[in-house]
Amino acid sequence: MDASTILSRVQFAFTVSYHYLFPQLTMGLALLILILKTMYLLRKDERYNVGARFWAIIFAIAFVMGVVSGIPMEFQFGTNWARFSVFSGDIIAQTLAMEGAFAFFLESAFLGIFLFGENVFGQKIHWFSAFMVWLGTWASGAFITASNAWMQHPVGYTIAADGRLHLSNYWAVLFNPWILPQYVHIMSGAVITGSFAMAGLGAYYLLANRHTDYARLFVTLGVIAGLIASIIQLYPSGDAEGQQVTNYQPVKLAAMEGLFHTEKGAGIIIIGQPDTTHQRLDNPIIVPGVLSFLTYRRWSAEVKGLDAFPANQRPDTIELLYYSYHIMVGLGTFFIVIMGLAFLLWLWGRRLFLSRWMLWILMLATPFPFIANTAGWFTTELGRQPWIAYGLLATVQGTSPTLSSGNILFTLIGFVGLYMLLGLLYVVLVVFQAQRGPVVEEKTPQKVEEFAD
Amino acid sequence: MSTLWFILIAFMLTMYVLLDGFDLGAGVIHLFAAKNNVERRMILQAIGPVWDGNEVWLIAAGGTLFFTFPVLYASSFSGFYLSLFIVLWLLVLRGIAIELRSHVSEPVWISFWDGVFFIGSALLAIFYGVAMANVLRGVPLDKSHYFFEPLWTDFNPYSSNPGILDWYTILVGLLAFTTLTAHGANYIAVKTEGIVNERSRRIARLSWLATIVLAVLVTIATFSVQPLISMSFFSRPWGFIFPLIALVGLIGMGYFNIRQRDSAAFFSSGAFIIGMLASAAFGLYPDVLPAVNPAYSLTIKNASASLYAQTVGLVWWSIGIVLAIIYFIITYRLFWGKVRPTEVEGY
Repeated sequence: MDASTILSRVQFAFTVSYHYLFPQLTMGLALLILILKTMYLLRKDERYNVGARFWAIIFAIAFVMGVVSGIPMEFQFGTNWARFSVFSGDIIAQTLAMEGAFAFFLESAFLGIFLFGENVFGQKIHWFSAFMVWLGTWASGAFITASNAWMQHPVGYTIAADGRLHLSNYWAVLFNPWILPQYVHIMSGAVITGSFAMAGLGAYYLLANRHTDYARLFVTLGVIAGLIASIIQLYPSGDAEGQQVTNYQPVKLAAMEGLFHTEKGAGIIIIGQPDTTHQRLDNPIIVPGVLSFLTYRRWSAEVKGLDAFPANQRPDTIELLYYSYHIMVGLGTFFIVIMGLAFLLWLWGRRLFLSRWMLWILMLATPFPFIANTAGWFTTELGRQPWIAYGLLATVQGTSPTLSSGNILFTLIGFVGLYMLLGLLYVVLVVFQAQRGPVVEEKTPQKVEEFAD
Repeated sequence: MSTLWFILIAFMLTMYVLLDGFDLGAGVIHLFAAKNNVERRMILQAIGPVWDGNEVWLIAAGGTLFFTFPVLYASSFSGFYLSLFIVLWLLVLRGIAIELRSHVSEPVWISFWDGVFFIGSALLAIFYGVAMANVLRGVPLDKSHYFFEPLWTDFNPYSSNPGILDWYTILVGLLAFTTLTAHGANYIAVKTEGIVNERSRRIARLSWLATIVLAVLVTIATFSVQPLISMSFFSRPWGFIFPLIALVGLIGMGYFNIRQRDSAAFFSSGAFIIGMLASAAFGLYPDVLPAVNPAYSLTIKNASASLYAQTVGLVWWSIGIVLAIIYFIITYRLFWGKVRPTEVEGY
């Protein structure tokens, strides 16, 4: 693989991983804010509304970061992956452009009303704008999932005389069977991120003995939503994704599980370091038979290992793929345990609010869903290699032919610098807002200056 | 069908320049029309609720270009690689400047973002003109439909190996800068009263005068640099309607400015932008990206997607755009009227 291709891959991976830190939080928070706003209208308890307003500020900061880091994504298909764009633009650009037409216009219009319109337009319109913001962010997720699902599992195309793909069936692309499990998995992942953030900040307030009324509300909502989403993440969505990979991408399965040799009754690897040179796993802890059962529902089923596939069909970064998958699954398991335990303590006469050790765990767990979601994307995208469109076009054949590696490195360095600045600003502002906490605003013109945006 | 999509994409890009054009212009005049924090926040308040939506027109146009003319999308985006990323970075910086500026009431923080907002807006206005000029002038496409343009080579638009920047593209960049400055100043004049309004009118008048000079120079230069343009106009003379719209707009900008009719001046600068962009699109057709060697030019034929993709796209695109226009009408109506210092909230 030449330097230009590697640098283009690194640049796309870096910009999209960075970008996705923000949408996973905003998509999750959009749902939780909508729940808070709905509870307020149902119960007329002012705490829900103040809570919703507070999270809307955090949401707005993350949303801006998501918007500005998202703009370059749509253009990078053309800049760095020109031959892929020509090859499959007929199809993949449909769903990408639909995101702009159906989700972005909607989000941008209703976010303004949601953030600034509560006093002017009243509670009903404010609730409606919260609903539309939620709908917009989740629709965005659906179109992007559809685009990625096509790259994982191309459907609805014919190959034209000039070698380019032509769209042959729009509905097949839109209802690609790959989409549903992936979409559910991605969205429950986003809800996990949002719930852990909400529960984590609530736990911090309880530990610091500040805003305790709101803190209880945040912890309760975060734990309940987080537990439901964590369970959905494992079953049915995680299991369904596993089935698809087993059926359509067996080589990805072998690489992410670290299965070098075809085995009957294959075990699942809990820990171990893959050694690709010697085709073996060092220091393994394996639970026998489980992988066969999870994939084929039989304890003794044969699972194909990497040796069943020619070397040029295997993913090219098996170690990173293996670790990404294991980090995702490991963290996902911890999430169920943490939220399950917290929920039991909550049920048991609300002991959760007094259990400082559990609140510590909740607070410290906040960053881990970001890691798990990123690792999940690494798993599916590294596992797609060496293809850019699975089985149709190799990644090395999708690049821009006129681009020198020096120019790509220039923009990659630029992105790293710019995004470090953005990250710093984001952390500073979120910490600043978290320190202020949910407070009932005194609406004088001088005061409002501070709760800007 | 490809002709229809050519028109629709020209429409989307024109909408983008019309809408984001005024908030770019607002960014340019922001330091000069408003001198203190209260005044500056009036300007931000005037564009705050709409700038993000305006920018979506660019994103939507990019996506639409991708599925209707994938070859053009791939060729131009990889060929204009460096300048495109500079534009993207400026969009990122300018966006966070608008949104983060008023989060912390700290004078140094605020001044920093005011500066970023100005520089980002000004450079973007210039770069959009430069981009337009590159498409008009033509690029060194090879026979596989790809090219790569460095930022500059010999600054000569007649060169066989042109760069992004040459004296012609810079000239068009300056025209875009003065035009969008006038457009933005007109918008701010519409949205404000008092001293900010007066200063905006004065800036609008100055940039109008500069626009006249530059528009004449650019028109002459364009006919010389790209012979295709005059061929288009003389083979289809009805197209002269577009430069006529631009001319009427240009006259209106000055006339209504002097009469202090801000809304009419704003619509005139809008008409000027529409006329100029439509003239450029009309002049290029049926090319979408002319090549230095005309045999390699990208046209609506050799750059387009399949007929089925373009047809299916037209159905959902129409629904999406009707919805978008409804959202825009709602948003602009909700935030209608002048902004006042006492109402300043948020931005």
